Amino acid sequence: MSNEEIGKSRRKFIKKAATVGSLLVTTSLFTPFNAVVYAVERPKDPSKTWWGYGIDIEKCIGCGRCANACKTENNIPKQPFYFRTWVEQYTIKNDGTVKVESPNGGIDGFVQSVPPEDIFKAFFVPKLCNHCYKSPCVQACPVGATYETPDGVVMVDETYCIGCRYCVQACPYGCRYINPAKNVADKCTLCYHRISKGKTTACVEVCPTHARILGNLNDPKSPLVKFMKEHTCLVLKPHLNTGSKCFYNALSGEVR
Amino acid sequence: MEQNFQHLYDMLSQVQGFIYPNELDLQWGLLIVLYPYITGLVAGAFILASLERVFNVKVLGPTYQLALLTALAFLLVATMPLVSHLGHPERFYEILMTPHSTSAMAIFGFVYLWYLMVVLLLEIWFDYRQDIVIWSKETKGFKGRIYKILTLGVTDLSPSTIKWDDKIGYFITVVGIPSAFMLHGYVGFIFGSIKANPWWSTVLMPVIFLFSAMVSGIALVLFIYMAVSFFRKQKIDMPALDSIAKFLFYILVIDFTMEGLDQIHRIYEAEESFEILFLLVHGPLFLTLFVFQIFLGTVVPLISLGTLQLYKPSEKIRKIIYLSCSLLVLFGIFFMRWNVVIGGQLFSKSFYGFTGYKLHLLGSEGFLFSIIWVIIPFFILAFLLWLLPPWKKVGQHENN
Repeated sequence: MSNEEIGKSRRKFIKKAATVGSLLVTTSLFTPFNAVVYAVERPKDPSKTWWGYGIDIEKCIGCGRCANACKTENNIPKQPFYFRTWVEQYTIKNDGTVKVESPNGGIDGFVQSVPPEDIFKAFFVPKLCNHCYKSPCVQACPVGATYETPDGVVMVDETYCIGCRYCVQACPYGCRYINPAKNVADKCTLCYHRISKGKTTACVEVCPTHARILGNLNDPKSPLVKFMKEHTCLVLKPHLNTGSKCFYNALSGEVR
Repeated sequence: MEQNFQHLYDMLSQVQGFIYPNELDLQWGLLIVLYPYITGLVAGAFILASLERVFNVKVLGPTYQLALLTALAFLLVATMPLVSHLGHPERFYEILMTPHSTSAMAIFGFVYLWYLMVVLLLEIWFDYRQDIVIWSKETKGFKGRIYKILTLGVTDLSPSTIKWDDKIGYFITVVGIPSAFMLHGYVGFIFGSIKANPWWSTVLMPVIFLFSAMVSGIALVLFIYMAVSFFRKQKIDMPALDSIAKFLFYILVIDFTMEGLDQIHRIYEAEESFEILFLLVHGPLFLTLFVFQIFLGTVVPLISLGTLQLYKPSEKIRKIIYLSCSLLVLFGIFFMRWNVVIGGQLFSKSFYGFTGYKLHLLGSEGFLFSIIWVIIPFFILAFLLWLLPPWKKVGQHENN
């Protein structure tokens, strides 16, 4: 092939590549790529609710009543492998090592297994679905059975879920499980059946120390907003950018 | 009811350190190990076939149809492990009816159908059309009737039509290469895009899946070609075998480099998850990762095949080496899938401990049920070879 011919075929190739490239760009303008989806945006109207949750680690005494009440209220299997909410006991030892325990999700209470002289500090961390507004689970669900309500609660449609378990893999917080009776993904609903009627969640209701706070993030007067103003609050695994709406006071760096 | 949970209570004793309470039971078992394994075999076999057709590697001629039929046999069952592990298999069609646009998994059905219907079936049909028409006239009885149906009523065998068959077949293969890349790169993305899981979440995952797919698919065709020649008592075409082994070696080098790069990157960056992953590979995954996947499945074949690139012993010895290498590679890639799928679920996302995995013999996620999905493709392949024997083909495509 002469140099001229090579030049010609190159020009042809560049022309073709440019056409294909510009076609791709044009089509992508019509259907914007929305993988990182803000499934539901925070309502602009201040009268609309945007549910969030607060946990005051300093107040939690590890009684486990919340986890128990949740199982009763929501008819969760009693076996110790299925929890919509549970409590973890963190013990930081003097040598810097961390011991975490959550026997039966804390329902039966805790026994400190580390001798007192070895303990640097210890505390309880209640866990539940973080009702993220950039939820990895909602993003991953292949059929859209997991969704966010307009008021910011992540839910599962059990009549629609195919049980592929991708959402369980996608949740960084271990908040999902497969309901053994229904064979579908299950998780905290923030007691939607209660909060939509003006009640509070079962776990908040039974907490004897007010370590758990449910609130409307859109209402400046809500107890949650007050709690967040008065404390330095953090979310779990902030680097994953899940948009968690579960805010912890006194969250230690060891907690994952 | 209590009985159903006994295996989970037993599992509690295997937990080391702390796991989130919901993490005890592994969500994806052997069936999901098989899913990327089988899909990879398909993509790899197809890419080998396209080497001959599109890239004009004529020496691979004897394995072209065999590779295509192997790809088809495995593709036909590729979705079965996936569907049968669902909590509600009867709802699987929802993934096609109402796919969720943000889900990495939702597109699988479409990628699969595109590959099956548009690429593989069409390519095989155009490649065999001339033969099917001839066989439909020559064969009587049940088989003859199948051929008649397979002609789809098109019995024109004029030279210009046959030329068109060839052109369309070539075009489909060209489209098929990126499709095969997409099929398996995409399967890698299903895992690689899960940011919650540091063992999976790497941008290299689709690339690693793709090259490991090619490695396993080529090894499978190598093995099947030798097995089929043995059963047919035919002499093996040594130049073809040598070439396949050469490609297997090259792709294995790339695959190993990619996986090595991924691990070196992890080790050097040593992020938050580093300690738990270090414990994972030195503990629960030691045997399946270092011994099965890396040593037996990669290093031994690499050294053996690499040596053969420099030094050629007798045909007999080469055959034995090729056969062992293909089986070792297939074994190694199976454990590569195992290490990804099972390994990624053994450690807690709290990074404070491990759960266990016990493979059961019976049950829907058990060994016996799962192994069926590996055996069935060989029966399908036997049927396809009976129906569409490459060695009886009259029509040979021109190399465009």
